[in-house]
Amino acid sequence: MAYFLQQLINGLTLGSIYGLIAIGYTMVYGIIGMINFAHGEIYMIGAFVTIISLLVLASAGVTSIPVALVLTLIVTMFFTSAYGWTVERIAYRPLRASHKLAPLISAIGMSIFLQNYVQLLQGARGKPLPPIVTGGFTLMDSGGFSVHLSYLQLFIFLLTVALMAGFSTLIASTPLGRAQRACEQDLGMAALLGVDVDRTISLTFVMGAALAAVAGLMVTLYWGVVDFFIGFLAGVKAFTAAVLGGVGSLPGAMLGGLLIGLIEAFWSGYFSVQYKDVSVFAILVLVLIFRPTGLLGKPEVEKV
Amino acid sequence: MLSIAGVHTFYGKIEALKGVDLEVGAGEIVALIGANGAGKSTLLMTICGRPRAARGRIVFDGRDITRMETFQIVRLGLAQSPEGRRIFPRMTVLENLQMGATTADERYYADDLERVFALFPILKQRQSQRGGTLSGGEQQMLAIGRALMSRPRLLLLDEPSLGLAPLVVKQIFEVIREINEQQKVTVFLVEQNAFHALRLAHRGYVMQTGRVTLSGSGRELLANKEVRAAYLEGGH
Repeated sequence: MAYFLQQLINGLTLGSIYGLIAIGYTMVYGIIGMINFAHGEIYMIGAFVTIISLLVLASAGVTSIPVALVLTLIVTMFFTSAYGWTVERIAYRPLRASHKLAPLISAIGMSIFLQNYVQLLQGARGKPLPPIVTGGFTLMDSGGFSVHLSYLQLFIFLLTVALMAGFSTLIASTPLGRAQRACEQDLGMAALLGVDVDRTISLTFVMGAALAAVAGLMVTLYWGVVDFFIGFLAGVKAFTAAVLGGVGSLPGAMLGGLLIGLIEAFWSGYFSVQYKDVSVFAILVLVLIFRPTGLLGKPEVEKV
Repeated sequence: MLSIAGVHTFYGKIEALKGVDLEVGAGEIVALIGANGAGKSTLLMTICGRPRAARGRIVFDGRDITRMETFQIVRLGLAQSPEGRRIFPRMTVLENLQMGATTADERYYADDLERVFALFPILKQRQSQRGGTLSGGEQQMLAIGRALMSRPRLLLLDEPSLGLAPLVVKQIFEVIREINEQQKVTVFLVEQNAFHALRLAHRGYVMQTGRVTLSGSGRELLANKEVRAAYLEGGH
Protein backbone atom coordinates (compact mmCIF):
# COMPACT_ATOMS: atom_id res chain seq x y z
CA MET A 1 0.00 0.00 0.00
CA ALA A 2 2.77 2.40 0.98
CA TYR A 3 4.72 1.47 -2.11
CA PHE A 4 1.63 2.01 -4.26
CA LEU A 5 1.05 5.43 -2.75
CA GLN A 6 4.66 6.42 -3.39
CA GLN A 7 4.38 5.43 -7.06
CA LEU A 8 1.14 7.36 -7.29
CA ILE A 9 2.87 10.50 -6.02
CA ASN A 10 5.82 10.02 -8.36
CA GLY A 11 3.52 9.31 -11.28
CA LEU A 12 1.40 12.39 -10.71
CA THR A 13 4.50 14.58 -10.52
CA LEU A 14 5.84 13.22 -13.76
CA GLY A 15 2.37 13.40 -15.28
CA SER A 16 2.02 17.10 -14.43
CA ILE A 17 5.18 17.80 -16.40
CA TYR A 18 4.05 15.74 -19.40
CA GLY A 19 0.64 17.37 -19.26
CA LEU A 20 2.06 20.88 -19.42
CA ILE A 21 4.10 19.96 -22.49
CA ALA A 22 1.17 18.12 -24.08
CA ILE A 23 -0.98 21.26 -23.99
CA GLY A 24 1.40 22.94 -26.41
CA TYR A 25 1.00 20.08 -28.90
CA THR A 26 -2.73 19.99 -28.59
CA MET A 27 -3.30 23.75 -28.92
CA VAL A 28 -1.15 24.09 -32.00
CA TYR A 29 -2.79 21.06 -33.55
CA GLY A 30 -6.22 22.46 -32.75
CA ILE A 31 -5.56 25.75 -34.45
CA ILE A 32 -3.47 24.90 -37.51
CA GLY A 33 -3.78 21.10 -37.68
CA MET A 34 -0.08 20.47 -37.44
CA ILE A 35 2.05 18.50 -34.97
CA ASN A 36 4.83 20.81 -33.83
CA PHE A 37 7.68 18.33 -33.58
CA ALA A 38 10.01 21.04 -32.32
CA HIS A 39 7.91 21.48 -29.17
CA GLY A 40 10.06 19.02 -27.16
CA GLU A 41 13.06 21.19 -27.97
CA ILE A 42 11.24 24.26 -26.72
CA TYR A 43 10.82 22.46 -23.42
CA MET A 44 14.52 21.56 -23.44
CA ILE A 45 15.37 25.21 -24.00
CA GLY A 46 13.13 26.02 -21.04
CA ALA A 47 15.25 23.69 -18.91
CA PHE A 48 18.48 25.35 -20.04
CA VAL A 49 17.15 28.86 -19.48
CA THR A 50 16.18 27.73 -15.98
CA ILE A 51 19.73 26.61 -15.16
CA ILE A 52 21.28 29.72 -16.65
CA SER A 53 18.86 31.98 -14.84
CA LEU A 54 19.40 30.24 -11.48
CA LEU A 55 23.17 30.50 -11.89
CA VAL A 56 23.01 34.15 -12.85
CA LEU A 57 20.75 34.92 -9.90
CA ALA A 58 23.00 32.99 -7.55
CA SER A 59 26.08 34.87 -8.71
CA ALA A 60 24.17 38.13 -8.45
CA GLY A 61 23.67 37.36 -4.79
CA VAL A 62 20.00 36.42 -4.72
CA THR A 63 19.95 33.97 -1.84
CA SER A 64 16.25 33.66 -1.10
CA ILE A 65 15.05 30.51 -2.81
CA PRO A 66 11.42 31.56 -3.35
CA VAL A 67 12.54 34.85 -4.89
CA ALA A 68 15.02 33.06 -7.13
CA LEU A 69 12.36 30.57 -8.21
CA VAL A 70 9.76 33.19 -9.05
CA LEU A 71 12.26 35.30 -10.98
CA THR A 72 13.51 32.22 -12.82
CA LEU A 73 9.96 31.22 -13.67
CA ILE A 74 9.31 34.61 -15.24
CA VAL A 75 12.63 34.74 -17.08
CA THR A 76 12.24 31.19 -18.37
CA MET A 77 8.70 31.71 -19.59
CA PHE A 78 9.74 34.91 -21.32
CA PHE A 79 12.78 33.59 -23.17
CA THR A 80 11.27 30.24 -24.03
CA SER A 81 8.14 31.93 -25.41
CA ALA A 82 10.38 34.07 -27.57
CA TYR A 83 11.84 30.87 -29.02
CA GLY A 84 8.36 29.46 -29.60
CA TRP A 85 7.29 32.65 -31.35
CA THR A 86 10.42 32.74 -33.50
CA VAL A 87 10.13 29.10 -34.57
CA GLU A 88 6.57 29.68 -35.79
CA ARG A 89 7.56 32.88 -37.51
CA ILE A 90 10.50 31.55 -39.49
CA ALA A 91 9.74 27.84 -39.92
CA TYR A 92 5.95 27.49 -40.15
CA ARG A 93 4.28 30.72 -41.18
CA PRO A 94 5.98 30.97 -44.59
CA LEU A 95 4.68 27.46 -45.31
CA ARG A 96 1.10 28.07 -44.28
CA ALA A 97 -0.26 28.07 -47.83
CA SER A 98 1.71 25.02 -48.97
CA HIS A 99 1.12 21.30 -48.71
CA LYS A 100 0.27 19.93 -45.25
CA LEU A 101 3.49 17.91 -45.05
CA ALA A 102 5.75 20.91 -45.58
CA PRO A 103 5.42 22.44 -42.08
CA LEU A 104 5.74 18.96 -40.54
CA ILE A 105 9.06 18.42 -42.25
CA SER A 106 10.08 21.94 -41.34
CA ALA A 107 9.21 21.14 -37.70
CA ILE A 108 11.43 18.07 -37.71
CA GLY A 109 14.20 20.19 -39.21
CA MET A 110 13.67 22.83 -36.53
CA SER A 111 13.86 20.14 -33.85
CA ILE A 112 17.20 18.87 -35.15
CA PHE A 113 18.47 22.42 -35.51
CA LEU A 114 17.57 23.40 -31.96
CA GLN A 115 19.16 20.29 -30.49
CA ASN A 116 22.42 20.98 -32.29
CA TYR A 117 22.24 24.68 -31.54
CA VAL A 118 22.04 24.00 -27.80
CA GLN A 119 24.66 21.29 -28.04
CA LEU A 120 27.07 23.70 -29.72
CA LEU A 121 26.39 26.56 -27.35
CA GLN A 122 26.17 24.61 -24.11
CA GLY A 123 28.20 21.48 -24.77
CA ALA A 124 27.04 17.91 -25.06
CA ARG A 125 27.56 16.92 -21.44
CA GLY A 126 24.75 16.96 -18.92
CA LYS A 127 24.47 20.10 -16.81
CA PRO A 128 23.92 19.25 -13.16
CA LEU A 129 22.12 21.50 -10.73
CA PRO A 130 22.39 20.89 -7.00
CA PRO A 131 19.01 20.33 -5.30
CA ILE A 132 17.49 23.70 -4.53
CA VAL A 133 14.17 22.77 -3.01
CA THR A 134 14.81 20.10 -0.39
CA GLY A 135 12.83 18.43 2.34
CA GLY A 136 9.27 17.21 2.42
CA PHE A 137 6.60 15.37 4.34
CA THR A 138 6.60 11.76 5.36
CA LEU A 139 3.02 10.75 4.78
CA MET A 140 3.12 7.18 6.00
CA ASP A 141 5.48 4.65 7.51
CA SER A 142 4.74 0.97 7.16
CA GLY A 143 7.00 -2.05 7.31
CA GLY A 144 10.17 -0.05 6.97
CA PHE A 145 8.93 1.77 3.86
CA SER A 146 8.01 5.40 4.21
CA VAL A 147 6.03 7.45 1.74
CA HIS A 148 7.54 10.83 0.92
CA LEU A 149 5.93 13.82 -0.60
CA SER A 150 8.73 16.28 -1.17
CA TYR A 151 8.16 20.03 -1.12
CA LEU A 152 9.29 20.05 -4.70
CA GLN A 153 6.61 17.56 -5.71
CA LEU A 154 4.02 19.62 -3.91
CA PHE A 155 5.32 22.73 -5.67
CA ILE A 156 5.01 20.97 -9.05
CA PHE A 157 1.41 19.88 -8.38
CA LEU A 158 0.28 23.23 -7.10
CA LEU A 159 1.93 25.17 -9.89
CA THR A 160 0.39 22.82 -12.46
CA VAL A 161 -3.07 23.15 -10.94
CA ALA A 162 -2.74 26.95 -10.79
CA LEU A 163 -1.55 27.17 -14.38
CA MET A 164 -4.31 24.88 -15.60
CA ALA A 165 -6.94 26.91 -13.80
CA GLY A 166 -5.61 30.19 -15.15
CA PHE A 167 -5.23 28.76 -18.58
CA SER A 168 -8.73 27.28 -18.75
CA THR A 169 -10.19 30.62 -17.72
CA LEU A 170 -8.14 32.36 -20.38
CA ILE A 171 -9.44 30.02 -23.10
CA ALA A 172 -13.03 29.95 -21.85
CA SER A 173 -13.73 33.58 -21.12
CA THR A 174 -11.33 36.12 -22.54
CA PRO A 175 -11.54 37.67 -26.01
CA LEU A 176 -8.19 36.10 -26.87
CA GLY A 177 -9.37 32.63 -25.82
CA ARG A 178 -12.56 33.12 -27.77
CA ALA A 179 -10.62 34.15 -30.85
CA GLN A 180 -8.43 31.07 -30.45
CA ARG A 181 -11.44 28.78 -30.27
CA ALA A 182 -12.98 30.52 -33.26
CA CYS A 183 -9.78 30.03 -35.27
CA GLU A 184 -9.75 26.41 -34.22
CA GLN A 185 -13.30 25.87 -35.51
CA ASP A 186 -13.13 27.94 -38.70
CA LEU A 187 -10.01 29.92 -39.46
CA GLY A 188 -11.44 31.62 -42.53
CA MET A 189 -14.61 32.73 -40.76
CA ALA A 190 -12.59 34.11 -37.86
CA ALA A 191 -10.65 36.23 -40.37
CA LEU A 192 -13.95 37.40 -41.93
CA LEU A 193 -15.01 38.65 -38.51
CA GLY A 194 -11.86 40.70 -38.15
CA VAL A 195 -9.67 38.35 -36.12
CA ASP A 196 -5.99 38.80 -36.92
CA VAL A 197 -5.43 35.12 -37.55
CA ASP A 198 -1.64 35.27 -37.83
CA ARG A 199 -1.38 37.06 -34.52
CA THR A 200 -3.71 34.56 -32.84
CA ILE A 201 -1.62 31.67 -34.15
CA SER A 202 1.57 33.36 -32.91
CA LEU A 203 0.05 33.81 -29.46
CA THR A 204 -0.94 30.15 -29.42
CA PHE A 205 2.69 29.20 -29.98
CA VAL A 206 3.76 31.64 -27.30
CA MET A 207 1.30 30.18 -24.78
CA GLY A 208 2.31 26.59 -25.57
CA ALA A 209 5.97 27.52 -25.22
CA ALA A 210 5.35 29.29 -21.91
CA LEU A 211 3.78 26.14 -20.46
CA ALA A 212 6.59 24.00 -21.86
CA ALA A 213 9.01 26.42 -20.20
CA VAL A 214 7.39 25.76 -16.84
CA ALA A 215 7.69 22.02 -17.49
CA GLY A 216 11.37 22.58 -18.30
CA LEU A 217 11.84 24.43 -15.03
CA MET A 218 10.12 21.66 -13.08
CA VAL A 219 12.18 18.92 -14.65
CA THR A 220 15.42 20.78 -14.02
CA LEU A 221 14.59 21.08 -10.34
CA TYR A 222 13.23 17.54 -10.13
CA TRP A 223 15.96 15.58 -11.88
CA GLY A 224 18.80 18.01 -11.32
CA VAL A 225 20.46 17.39 -14.66
CA VAL A 226 19.65 18.53 -18.19
CA ASP A 227 21.25 18.00 -21.57
CA PHE A 228 20.51 18.99 -25.13
CA PHE A 229 18.68 15.73 -25.87
CA ILE A 230 16.05 15.65 -23.11
CA GLY A 231 13.47 17.30 -25.37
CA PHE A 232 13.27 14.33 -27.68
CA LEU A 233 11.97 11.68 -25.29
CA ALA A 234 9.88 14.09 -23.22
CA GLY A 235 8.46 15.53 -26.44
CA VAL A 236 7.46 12.15 -27.81
CA LYS A 237 5.93 11.17 -24.47
CA ALA A 238 3.98 14.41 -24.20
CA PHE A 239 2.85 13.89 -27.77
CA THR A 240 1.66 10.42 -26.71
CA ALA A 241 -0.16 12.08 -23.83
CA ALA A 242 -1.86 14.49 -26.24
CA VAL A 243 -2.92 11.61 -28.49
CA LEU A 244 -4.15 9.56 -25.53
CA GLY A 245 -6.25 12.45 -24.27
CA GLY A 246 -7.45 13.36 -27.76
CA VAL A 247 -5.44 15.75 -29.88
CA GLY A 248 -7.13 19.14 -29.87
CA SER A 249 -8.64 18.78 -26.40
CA LEU A 250 -7.09 20.78 -23.56
CA PRO A 251 -8.47 18.75 -20.63
CA GLY A 252 -7.56 15.70 -22.70
CA ALA A 253 -3.92 16.79 -22.84
CA MET A 254 -3.76 17.21 -19.08
CA LEU A 255 -5.53 13.91 -18.45
CA GLY A 256 -3.32 12.15 -20.99
CA GLY A 257 -0.23 13.62 -19.35
CA LEU A 258 -1.25 12.42 -15.90
CA LEU A 259 -2.07 8.93 -17.21
CA ILE A 260 1.24 8.65 -19.05
CA GLY A 261 3.08 9.76 -15.89
CA LEU A 262 1.19 7.19 -13.81
CA ILE A 263 1.74 4.38 -16.31
CA GLU A 264 5.43 5.15 -16.41
CA ALA A 265 5.76 5.31 -12.62
CA PHE A 266 3.78 2.14 -11.95
CA TRP A 267 5.52 0.22 -14.69
CA SER A 268 8.89 1.27 -13.30
CA GLY A 269 7.78 0.43 -9.77
CA TYR A 270 6.24 -2.96 -10.40
CA PHE A 271 7.80 -4.33 -13.59
CA SER A 272 11.02 -2.98 -14.98
CA VAL A 273 12.59 0.42 -15.15
CA GLN A 274 14.42 -0.45 -18.37
CA TYR A 275 11.18 -0.94 -20.24
CA LYS A 276 9.27 2.06 -18.93
CA ASP A 277 9.47 3.87 -22.26
CA VAL A 278 8.19 0.77 -24.03
CA SER A 279 5.13 0.82 -21.80
CA VAL A 280 4.38 4.41 -22.77
CA PHE A 281 4.77 3.83 -26.47
CA ALA A 282 2.75 0.64 -26.33
CA ILE A 283 -0.07 2.87 -25.10
CA LEU A 284 0.42 5.13 -28.09
CA VAL A 285 0.12 2.15 -30.44
CA LEU A 286 -2.97 0.80 -28.66
CA VAL A 287 -4.72 4.17 -28.64
CA LEU A 288 -4.02 4.72 -32.31
CA ILE A 289 -5.43 1.29 -33.16
CA PHE A 290 -8.49 1.20 -30.92
CA ARG A 291 -9.40 4.81 -30.21
CA PRO A 292 -7.66 7.15 -32.60
CA THR A 293 -9.66 10.14 -31.37
CA GLY A 294 -8.30 9.65 -27.85
CA LEU A 295 -10.18 9.64 -24.56
CA LEU A 296 -11.74 13.10 -24.76
CA GLY A 297 -11.20 13.86 -28.44
CA LYS A 298 -14.00 14.74 -30.79
CA PRO A 299 -14.37 12.52 -33.84
CA GLU A 300 -13.21 14.19 -37.01
CA VAL A 301 -16.34 14.84 -39.04
CA GLU A 302 -15.87 15.89 -42.61
CA LYS A 303 -18.71 18.18 -43.52
CA VAL A 304 -19.98 17.99 -47.06
CA MET B 1 -19.52 52.94 -51.53
CA LEU B 2 -18.22 49.74 -53.06
CA SER B 3 -16.88 49.67 -56.55
CA ILE B 4 -15.54 46.63 -58.30
CA ALA B 5 -13.70 47.04 -61.58
CA GLY B 6 -12.41 44.32 -63.88
CA VAL B 7 -11.95 41.74 -61.15
CA HIS B 8 -10.60 38.33 -62.07
CA THR B 9 -10.34 35.55 -59.50
CA PHE B 10 -8.86 32.10 -59.88
CA TYR B 11 -9.24 28.86 -57.96
CA GLY B 12 -6.03 27.19 -58.99
CA LYS B 13 -6.23 27.33 -62.76
CA ILE B 14 -9.98 27.76 -62.95
CA GLU B 15 -11.05 31.31 -63.65
CA ALA B 16 -14.10 31.84 -61.46
CA LEU B 17 -14.50 35.59 -62.08
CA LYS B 18 -13.75 36.80 -65.57
CA GLY B 19 -13.67 40.55 -65.24
CA VAL B 20 -16.52 41.69 -63.03
CA ASP B 21 -17.62 45.35 -62.87
CA LEU B 22 -20.14 46.35 -60.26
CA GLU B 23 -21.14 49.29 -58.06
CA VAL B 24 -22.96 49.46 -54.76
CA GLY B 25 -23.99 52.94 -53.66
CA ALA B 26 -24.38 54.09 -50.07
CA GLY B 27 -27.81 53.30 -48.64
CA GLU B 28 -28.76 50.89 -51.40
CA ILE B 29 -29.86 47.29 -51.37
CA VAL B 30 -28.23 45.67 -54.38
CA ALA B 31 -29.03 42.09 -55.38
CA LEU B 32 -26.78 39.82 -57.38
CA ILE B 33 -28.61 36.91 -58.91
CA GLY B 34 -27.49 34.01 -61.04
CA ALA B 35 -27.39 30.26 -61.28
CA ASN B 36 -25.32 27.90 -59.19
CA GLY B 37 -21.64 28.21 -60.00
CA ALA B 38 -21.94 31.60 -61.68
CA GLY B 39 -19.35 33.02 -59.27
CA LYS B 40 -21.61 34.98 -56.92
CA SER B 41 -20.17 33.64 -53.69
CA THR B 42 -16.67 33.90 -55.10
CA LEU B 43 -17.30 37.58 -55.73
CA LEU B 44 -18.39 38.16 -52.13
CA MET B 45 -15.35 36.32 -50.80
CA THR B 46 -13.05 38.16 -53.20
CA ILE B 47 -14.30 41.46 -51.79
CA CYS B 48 -13.00 40.23 -48.42
CA GLY B 49 -9.72 39.05 -49.87
CA ARG B 50 -10.32 35.28 -49.67
CA PRO B 51 -9.36 34.39 -52.35
CA ARG B 52 -7.60 37.50 -53.49
CA ALA B 53 -8.42 39.07 -56.86
CA ALA B 54 -5.77 38.21 -59.43
CA ARG B 55 -6.52 41.33 -61.46
CA GLY B 56 -8.77 44.36 -61.13
CA ARG B 57 -9.57 46.80 -58.37
CA ILE B 58 -11.93 46.77 -55.43
CA VAL B 59 -12.54 50.10 -53.75
CA PHE B 60 -14.50 50.50 -50.53
CA ASP B 61 -15.27 54.02 -49.34
CA GLY B 62 -12.52 55.46 -51.47
CA ARG B 63 -9.89 53.02 -50.25
CA ASP B 64 -8.34 50.38 -52.45
CA ILE B 65 -8.85 47.11 -50.56
CA THR B 66 -7.78 44.74 -53.34
CA ARG B 67 -4.53 43.78 -51.63
CA MET B 68 -5.49 44.27 -47.99
CA GLU B 69 -5.56 41.52 -45.37
CA THR B 70 -9.04 40.12 -44.68
CA PHE B 71 -9.13 41.28 -41.06
CA GLN B 72 -8.12 44.80 -42.09
CA ILE B 73 -10.80 44.94 -44.78
CA VAL B 74 -13.57 44.04 -42.36
CA ARG B 75 -12.24 46.57 -39.86
CA LEU B 76 -13.15 49.27 -42.37
CA GLY B 77 -16.83 48.59 -41.71
CA LEU B 78 -17.74 45.70 -43.92
CA ALA B 79 -19.31 42.46 -42.70
CA GLN B 80 -20.23 39.25 -44.42
CA SER B 81 -22.68 36.49 -43.68
CA PRO B 82 -21.02 33.92 -45.91
CA GLU B 83 -22.14 30.95 -47.94
CA GLY B 84 -22.99 28.01 -45.70
CA ARG B 85 -23.47 30.41 -42.73
CA ARG B 86 -20.29 29.16 -41.05
CA ILE B 87 -21.55 29.41 -37.50
CA PHE B 88 -18.93 28.31 -34.96
CA PRO B 89 -20.56 25.00 -34.03
CA ARG B 90 -18.91 24.45 -30.65
CA MET B 91 -19.47 27.98 -29.41
CA THR B 92 -22.67 29.21 -27.86
CA VAL B 93 -25.01 31.58 -29.68
CA LEU B 94 -23.83 34.38 -27.40
CA GLU B 95 -20.17 33.61 -28.08
CA ASN B 96 -20.87 33.59 -31.81
CA LEU B 97 -22.36 37.05 -31.46
CA GLN B 98 -19.40 38.18 -29.36
CA MET B 99 -17.11 37.00 -32.14
CA GLY B 100 -19.16 39.17 -34.48
CA ALA B 101 -18.31 42.15 -32.30
CA THR B 102 -14.55 41.55 -32.64
CA THR B 103 -13.96 44.76 -34.56
CA ALA B 104 -16.62 46.86 -32.84
CA ASP B 105 -16.16 49.39 -30.09
CA GLU B 106 -16.85 47.73 -26.73
CA ARG B 107 -19.07 50.62 -25.62
CA TYR B 108 -21.73 49.64 -28.15
CA TYR B 109 -21.72 45.94 -27.31
CA ALA B 110 -24.73 45.89 -24.97
CA ASP B 111 -26.84 48.05 -27.31
CA ASP B 112 -25.89 46.05 -30.37
CA LEU B 113 -26.71 42.79 -28.64
CA GLU B 114 -30.14 44.13 -27.69
CA ARG B 115 -30.67 45.27 -31.25
CA VAL B 116 -29.87 41.84 -32.66
CA PHE B 117 -32.08 40.16 -30.06
CA ALA B 118 -34.88 42.55 -31.00
CA LEU B 119 -34.52 41.59 -34.66
CA PHE B 120 -34.29 37.88 -33.89
CA PRO B 121 -35.95 37.12 -30.53
CA ILE B 122 -35.32 33.39 -30.97
CA LEU B 123 -31.58 34.04 -30.58
CA LYS B 124 -32.16 35.49 -27.14
CA GLN B 125 -33.93 32.31 -26.04
CA ARG B 126 -31.14 30.18 -27.47
CA GLN B 127 -28.20 32.31 -26.36
CA SER B 128 -26.48 29.66 -24.25
CA GLN B 129 -27.07 26.86 -26.74
CA ARG B 130 -24.23 25.73 -29.00
CA GLY B 131 -24.32 27.08 -32.54
CA GLY B 132 -24.15 23.60 -34.04
CA THR B 133 -27.44 22.59 -32.39
CA LEU B 134 -29.53 25.33 -34.03
CA SER B 135 -31.91 24.69 -36.91
CA GLY B 136 -31.04 25.99 -40.36
CA GLY B 137 -33.25 29.05 -40.03
CA GLU B 138 -31.88 29.89 -36.61
CA GLN B 139 -28.33 29.52 -37.91
CA GLN B 140 -29.16 31.92 -40.72
CA MET B 141 -30.48 34.45 -38.22
CA LEU B 142 -27.37 33.96 -36.11
CA ALA B 143 -25.12 34.48 -39.14
CA ILE B 144 -26.87 37.75 -40.00
CA GLY B 145 -26.94 38.81 -36.35
CA ARG B 146 -23.25 38.04 -36.01
CA ALA B 147 -22.47 40.15 -39.05
CA LEU B 148 -24.53 43.03 -37.61
CA MET B 149 -22.63 42.93 -34.32
CA SER B 150 -19.66 44.62 -36.01
CA ARG B 151 -21.83 47.68 -36.82
CA PRO B 152 -21.07 47.40 -40.53
CA ARG B 153 -21.79 50.14 -43.01
CA LEU B 154 -21.86 47.55 -45.78
CA LEU B 155 -23.43 44.14 -45.20
CA LEU B 156 -22.66 41.30 -47.60
CA LEU B 157 -25.25 38.53 -47.46
CA ASP B 158 -24.75 35.24 -49.25
CA GLU B 159 -27.99 33.38 -49.92
CA PRO B 160 -29.82 34.32 -46.74
CA SER B 161 -32.87 32.37 -47.93
CA LEU B 162 -31.12 29.12 -48.77
CA GLY B 163 -32.91 26.06 -47.47
CA LEU B 164 -35.41 27.98 -45.38
CA ALA B 165 -39.17 27.60 -45.07
CA PRO B 166 -41.11 30.25 -47.05
CA LEU B 167 -42.34 31.93 -43.89
CA VAL B 168 -38.83 32.26 -42.51
CA VAL B 169 -37.60 33.58 -45.86
CA LYS B 170 -40.22 36.29 -45.72
CA GLN B 171 -39.18 37.16 -42.19
CA ILE B 172 -35.50 37.34 -43.11
CA PHE B 173 -36.18 39.60 -46.08
CA GLU B 174 -38.25 41.89 -43.88
CA VAL B 175 -35.36 42.12 -41.46
CA ILE B 176 -32.98 43.00 -44.29
CA ARG B 177 -35.28 45.84 -45.35
CA GLU B 178 -35.49 47.01 -41.76
CA ILE B 179 -31.72 47.00 -41.33
CA ASN B 180 -31.38 48.99 -44.52
CA GLU B 181 -34.09 51.54 -43.82
CA GLN B 182 -33.73 52.08 -40.10
CA GLN B 183 -30.06 51.49 -39.48
CA LYS B 184 -28.89 52.89 -42.82
CA VAL B 185 -26.81 49.82 -43.58
CA THR B 186 -25.98 49.30 -47.23
CA VAL B 187 -26.75 45.75 -48.31
CA PHE B 188 -25.21 43.70 -51.08
CA LEU B 189 -27.18 40.52 -51.42
CA VAL B 190 -26.43 37.34 -53.36
CA GLU B 191 -29.49 35.23 -54.05
CA GLN B 192 -30.82 32.36 -56.06
CA ASN B 193 -34.27 33.31 -54.88
CA ALA B 194 -34.46 35.96 -57.59
CA PHE B 195 -38.06 36.94 -57.10
CA HIS B 196 -37.76 37.93 -53.47
CA ALA B 197 -34.33 39.44 -53.93
CA LEU B 198 -35.29 41.68 -56.86
CA ARG B 199 -38.46 42.83 -55.17
CA LEU B 200 -36.45 43.86 -52.15
CA ALA B 201 -33.49 45.41 -53.96
CA HIS B 202 -33.18 48.88 -55.39
CA ARG B 203 -30.92 47.57 -58.09
CA GLY B 204 -29.78 44.21 -59.32
CA TYR B 205 -27.11 42.47 -61.33
CA VAL B 206 -27.30 39.14 -63.12
CA MET B 207 -24.22 36.98 -63.24
CA GLN B 208 -23.45 34.13 -65.62
CA THR B 209 -20.27 32.01 -65.60
CA GLY B 210 -18.04 34.60 -64.03
CA ARG B 211 -19.40 37.71 -65.78
CA VAL B 212 -22.08 40.28 -65.11
CA THR B 213 -24.47 40.00 -68.03
CA LEU B 214 -27.35 42.27 -67.05
CA SER B 215 -28.04 45.07 -64.67
CA GLY B 216 -30.85 47.43 -63.84
CA SER B 217 -33.32 48.40 -61.18
CA GLY B 218 -35.02 45.59 -59.30
CA ARG B 219 -38.27 46.31 -61.11
CA GLU B 220 -36.65 46.33 -64.55
CA LEU B 221 -34.95 43.02 -63.97
CA LEU B 222 -38.14 41.47 -62.65
CA ALA B 223 -39.84 42.47 -65.91
CA ASN B 224 -36.95 41.39 -68.11
CA LYS B 225 -37.76 38.44 -70.36
CA GLU B 226 -34.44 36.68 -70.04
CA VAL B 227 -34.44 37.03 -66.28
CA ARG B 228 -37.97 35.71 -66.10
CA ALA B 229 -37.13 32.75 -68.28
CA ALA B 230 -33.92 31.85 -66.53
CA TYR B 231 -34.58 32.59 -62.88
CA LEU B 232 -38.22 33.21 -62.19
CA GLU B 233 -40.45 30.91 -64.16
CA GLY B 234 -40.31 27.31 -63.17
CA GLY B 235 -40.68 27.98 -59.49
CA HIS B 236 -39.06 30.26 -57.02
